Amino acid sequence: MDENSSARLKRRLFGIVYRVGLFLAMLTICLPGLWIVLSSLRPTVEIMAKPPVWIPQDISFDAYVAMFSGIGKGGIPVIEYFRNSLIISVTSTVIAVAIGMAGGYAFARYRFRGKSGVFLGLMLTRTVPGIALSLPLFFLYVRLGIIDTHFGLILAYVALNVPFTIWLIDGFFRQVPKDLAEAAQIDGCTRWQAFWQVEFPLAGPGIASAAIFAFLTCWNEFALASQLTRSVSAKTLPVGLLDYTAEFTIDWRGMCALAVVMIIPALTLTYIVQKHLVGGLTSGAVKG
Amino acid sequence: MATVSLKKLTKRYGNIGIVHGIDLDITDREFIALVGPSGCGKSTTLRMIAGLEEISAGSIEIGGRVVNDLPPRSRNISMVFQSYALYPHMTVRENLGFSLKIAGAAKDDMDRRVAEASAILGLDALLDRRPSQLSGGQRQRVAMGRAIVRDPDVFLFDEPLSNLDAKLRTQMRTEIKKLHAKVQSTVIYVTHDQVEAMTLADRIVIMRDGYIEQVGTPDEVFRRPATRFVAGFIGSPPMNLHEATIDDGKLVFASGEKLPLPAQFKVNVATGNKVVFGLRPDDIYPTGHGISSGGAADVHQIELPITVTEPLGNETLVFVEFNGSDWVSRMLNPRPLKSGERVTMSLDLSQAHLFAVDTGKTLRS
Repeated sequence: MDENSSARLKRRLFGIVYRVGLFLAMLTICLPGLWIVLSSLRPTVEIMAKPPVWIPQDISFDAYVAMFSGIGKGGIPVIEYFRNSLIISVTSTVIAVAIGMAGGYAFARYRFRGKSGVFLGLMLTRTVPGIALSLPLFFLYVRLGIIDTHFGLILAYVALNVPFTIWLIDGFFRQVPKDLAEAAQIDGCTRWQAFWQVEFPLAGPGIASAAIFAFLTCWNEFALASQLTRSVSAKTLPVGLLDYTAEFTIDWRGMCALAVVMIIPALTLTYIVQKHLVGGLTSGAVKG
Repeated sequence: MATVSLKKLTKRYGNIGIVHGIDLDITDREFIALVGPSGCGKSTTLRMIAGLEEISAGSIEIGGRVVNDLPPRSRNISMVFQSYALYPHMTVRENLGFSLKIAGAAKDDMDRRVAEASAILGLDALLDRRPSQLSGGQRQRVAMGRAIVRDPDVFLFDEPLSNLDAKLRTQMRTEIKKLHAKVQSTVIYVTHDQVEAMTLADRIVIMRDGYIEQVGTPDEVFRRPATRFVAGFIGSPPMNLHEATIDDGKLVFASGEKLPLPAQFKVNVATGNKVVFGLRPDDIYPTGHGISSGGAADVHQIELPITVTEPLGNETLVFVEFNGSDWVSRMLNPRPLKSGERVTMSLDLSQAHLFAVDTGKTLRS
């Protein structure tokens, strides 16, 4: 066998190994999701069976029906939880992205005293586990009277997300050449117009991804929400999952069904926005 | 169309001075090139004129109006950036029309002016493409088109050709010259390439370390360089510059070799003066292979050894050893020469330059 054909064979072999590896990795990532969907459709006996039953014998949508059947019939206030989650996640995402844009732009474009210190400080806040703050926050919120309110949770989530959105958006603004805003100013724009007409559209995909991350963080957050909310008027979906736990029992099927209900909007949103996350939009702006 | 006037224009960053109070008057429709090595303050000067950089002191007038604190959009200028700075999310048409859209121009007026600019620069076939689908030269043309559309008082060019390959650069240089003939507006053109400056400009401003060394026509800065720096910067290959001492009507070089003192300097120097002697490659040539500008009496003959030759086809650059270093000379109508060969060289001293060693200023009266 000559060198060329052996090299070709090697390359093919590597290709196969590579694909199998990728498939296994994807399988590992997707399996829990699949398991949740399956578990929401089958009886508890099958969920708890040992060894696990891979192929469901008895599929039913009872859990979903029960979930929406109202109090007393195994239902929970899904609509209210969903509404709370939506209000809190959307509002805090919008605020965090707005602050992130202002902050990220400032860090990317301006020189000011203590810039690196402030930036480092913002990043350091990310190192504190959110749960460690829940007790102090709880007391503070009780005193302020904002416990168990949308406002309280929005405030906490904005604080949680701002450092991250600033960091992410800063990076995207750095990729937009400074010359473009200057060219726009010479073309008759004010500083403000130059930002909205040129720099914002170019950093758009980055801002969209920052928004997705912020939204998903809020949407899925459990630890803080479980401490800071307690009634139907403020509880979010992840906290709502706890409604399926009783003192001695856990309704796994119901919990999984609610989890599926939670995943769907997040998945839809990500799917919609990811089409706009086209990288390399700035290519062609400067030299070549 | 407008005049531009810089008065004691200064730029400082903290304690570091970048531009030190320069004065410059640019007449209407003039093509001015700011040239100098990197870090000489030429780009900063241009950016101050554009309003992209605040000025620390002095004033800038465009068309007789002081614009010191006006934002770029109120100065009625347009600028072509080194990086082109095309808006990547817009088509060529939108790029060209952007300034008009911002100004709130009517749709048909906008279409007409974009079409005009596009016709001048031959962009018609590219109007619906995006910058990423254009070649370097095409992007450069779009950038110029965007500047033309605004019909500005002053065009500013910031090293517009530096990102192009050599062939395209020559081509675009010609286009810029034609463009200036067509649109007839004041142009301030920053470049580090003296050839660009020489070929394009009506007048050249040579800058160094934040000061203006000389302002003059290409001919003036080439033939009458005011300082040693200008002499060395303008011209390719550069002028041969060597230190010498005046001794009894002769130039004595460090190695002890002598040349007669050129007649035009006799009244300005005295024995004992330290000077820098400068002679362009065009004015040194193997005897019979060059053109002398002065009379026969000004041409000094001397036999020198050849170190290296660089044939360029129509001419050959010949490096000869004199005063312990290589002097470059230009041989017209070349014949083959070998390294080490000794040839009789003609030095046209009527074209020689002398500069003071300490100030670097010319000693020509």
